[in-house]
Amino acid sequence: MTGAPPIVEMKDISISFPGVKALDEVDFRLFPGEVHTLMGENGAGKSTLIKALTGVYKIDSGEILVDGEERRFGGTADAQAAGIATVYQEVNLCSNLSIGENVMLGHEVRGPFGINWKATHRAAAEVLSTLGLDHLDLRRPLSTLSLAVQQLVAISRAMITKPKVLILDEPTSSLDANEVANLFTVIRRLRGQGVAILFVTHFLDQVYMISDRITVLRNGAFVGEYPTRELDRTTLISKMIGKDFATLRSLGSERQSHHYEPRGEPLLRAEDLGRKGSTEPTDLELHQGEVLGLAGLLGSGRTELARLLYGADRPDSGTVWLRGKKTDIHNPTSALGHRIAFSSENRRDEGIIRDLTVRENLVLAVQAKRGWFRPLTRKEQDALTRKYLTELNVRPADPERPIKFLSGGNQQKVLLGRWLATEPDLLILDEPTRGIDVGAKAEIQAAVAALAAKGVAVVFISSELEEVVRLSDRIIVMKDHRKLAELENGPHVTAETIVAVIADEGDDEEGDTE
Amino acid sequence: MTDVASRIAANRGAIVRNQAFWGVIAIVLLLAINVIKDPGYLAIGYNDETGHLSGNLIDILRASAPILMIAVGMCLVVATSGIDLSVGSIMVVAGAVSMELLRGMDGTAGNAALTLAIALGIATALGAVNGILVSVVGLQPFISTLVMMLAGRGIAKVITGGQNTTADNDSFAWLANGYVVGIPVVFLLSMAIVALVWVLVRRSALGLMLEAIGMDSRASRLAGVKRRSLQLTVYSASGLLAGVAGVFATASVMTVDVSRTGYQLELDAILAVVIGGTSLAGGKFSIGGAVIGGLLIATLDKTVVFLGVPASATPAFKAIVIVVLCLLQSERVRNLFRNRRALRAQSQKEVVPA
Repeated sequence: MTGAPPIVEMKDISISFPGVKALDEVDFRLFPGEVHTLMGENGAGKSTLIKALTGVYKIDSGEILVDGEERRFGGTADAQAAGIATVYQEVNLCSNLSIGENVMLGHEVRGPFGINWKATHRAAAEVLSTLGLDHLDLRRPLSTLSLAVQQLVAISRAMITKPKVLILDEPTSSLDANEVANLFTVIRRLRGQGVAILFVTHFLDQVYMISDRITVLRNGAFVGEYPTRELDRTTLISKMIGKDFATLRSLGSERQSHHYEPRGEPLLRAEDLGRKGSTEPTDLELHQGEVLGLAGLLGSGRTELARLLYGADRPDSGTVWLRGKKTDIHNPTSALGHRIAFSSENRRDEGIIRDLTVRENLVLAVQAKRGWFRPLTRKEQDALTRKYLTELNVRPADPERPIKFLSGGNQQKVLLGRWLATEPDLLILDEPTRGIDVGAKAEIQAAVAALAAKGVAVVFISSELEEVVRLSDRIIVMKDHRKLAELENGPHVTAETIVAVIADEGDDEEGDTE
Repeated sequence: MTDVASRIAANRGAIVRNQAFWGVIAIVLLLAINVIKDPGYLAIGYNDETGHLSGNLIDILRASAPILMIAVGMCLVVATSGIDLSVGSIMVVAGAVSMELLRGMDGTAGNAALTLAIALGIATALGAVNGILVSVVGLQPFISTLVMMLAGRGIAKVITGGQNTTADNDSFAWLANGYVVGIPVVFLLSMAIVALVWVLVRRSALGLMLEAIGMDSRASRLAGVKRRSLQLTVYSASGLLAGVAGVFATASVMTVDVSRTGYQLELDAILAVVIGGTSLAGGKFSIGGAVIGGLLIATLDKTVVFLGVPASATPAFKAIVIVVLCLLQSERVRNLFRNRRALRAQSQKEVVPA
């Protein structure tokens, strides 16, 4: 592995976008038969580097050598022709076509009478079997597969051209542990065949499971290239965020020890709140200044319960008392009017509006609350935007940039700003830290803690149990669309406690049937 | 590949300017062609007795008024990622109502005002029906307004008994044929209405809300934007503006031709909006662009007549001009050509060493 010359070598790569230096003299090497992880916070320049390599972005200066020859590609297709295949985070396949068609799309085997489907399917089956997917029925529509298998199909599709370099941009962000293990088996097999694999992920565990070498980027600059064995986690995180990890860690422990005792009248009380098919009738109390964690597995009904509280879905049973008064919250507009805000887990489709600027995204909810005939003046908008961009440390702090050009973590911070700008008494955050890097995560957690300290009631939903435990005063554990238990948080509560609650309940049920 | 698209979108501000710019270029070119045919084409005459300006340019401005009205309405609807196919039919309904009412009345200014109010009220109501079908019932805008497009012309025929109705009312006719300080009233009115809509949309937060709905209706809903009432407003406004257009179109000849008034004008309105740089996918919209688009369509119509293009070939001529314009405007088409050139250059390079 070390003897062979690098298959890809990028030297002193710089790219500027209007107003920012996206990459500043970055070096990168990729050897055949290795898994090389690109690490860095959101906005560090990982995606930009990949796009520079595949020719989606033009580089301003620097050199790209592929197989020792200087190359500049004109785009993904061009790079693919030269043996560099890319699989993006979101599966870019056609769910209505069959599995075989998806794999071979654009590479169909042609005969004298148009496409030779038999040969095409044979070729597809060959590729799929090299990835251990021989059990798939090629003629079934892609949509019948789980997201994880679709991801593998996407990789098969990339392997059609027998690439020497395979780029995987966050392939695991929507996979569960088992599926990740499957994917890694495939990656190891490809590595064994001598393919050079460039891997981008936010999950530290996975980096240590699979990668041979790590390149760290920070703010568009090259920090270093390290063999994975020689870099421990704490050092890696410090290198990524450029500050001491301990300061971040202290935040969580402070929060947990402070433990808030709810006093007096609850801000919100729900009785039998439910909706057929999504949430069993649930009782709930929320006090000012407390963080209520909703924990549970994916699909346990956390999101559904949150949506009922916000009126994003209309409850069909139950009563809600807000500040002691019976209140009907039947749609988002009325919820905002009652000073409730909700940040959806689906940042892309239900959060940001891609083509609007950061400023427009940030003021949207405040403006909607005021009504369109009472516009915020430009001055007020600028003031609001500046306030929250600074407070939440959004980078780049450019209010007029379309939000789609911000990294995920910064988009999330702008969204948080959108809801904070409405000055909510109750803020519901559904997976606010999913898919974002350690630094942004810590900043969002700090913001939540600060809000609670100011007297806002926060409902915090996350798949990361450690995070829920770190932040919450009280934790509601959910399973199968109902509330399973309510835990007072404290030093004795850990992620394992919650897992045990979920698991025990299952045992009890089995016990009952005996 | 999506990144290329998103980068194009990032420069949308510049491109929008560009697209309206291409519209202006097209207008200038058409006028230039007319000048080549008749060097006196652009001359503006002044009638000492009446104080009226006259000439081909004035005719174009007058003819553009109805198109401007429906183009602006269409622009708002398109911003919410909808479409309104019924504007032409609402025009004929407004025209039919006006003519039928005026036919049985004295030619007083009061009656003209009353008629105007009723015609516009009915047009707005028809627009509101579109709005309800789209926002409350949740039908596709295309289908809802297609239904109204068919129904509207039917309603107009019922109102007039299938006849072309003629009426007399000088005040009503003045709306289309009168002059103020030498300029046609109809053009002044249409510009005033355009300006009013622009102020309403851009000086309030209405524009932002409409764009938000058009770009991402789920995210807007969760942000508290009232999609339903805004859609209802927009379709009603489009109906109202189509009503105004219908009044303009019929008042100039004081006749409603139930099978020709407003016929296929919805297509002109859509073209005007697209030429103005508003994407039919919704989102960012440009009222100024729609106005330029409307002026271009009016210029094109007049040019076709002036050049003596045979009536049967007129639609094809119009189509060719518009296709060429759209291709020129399209960043993607230009990129396509650029990429192809780059690719060809590179493939040649690769072939040589082999």
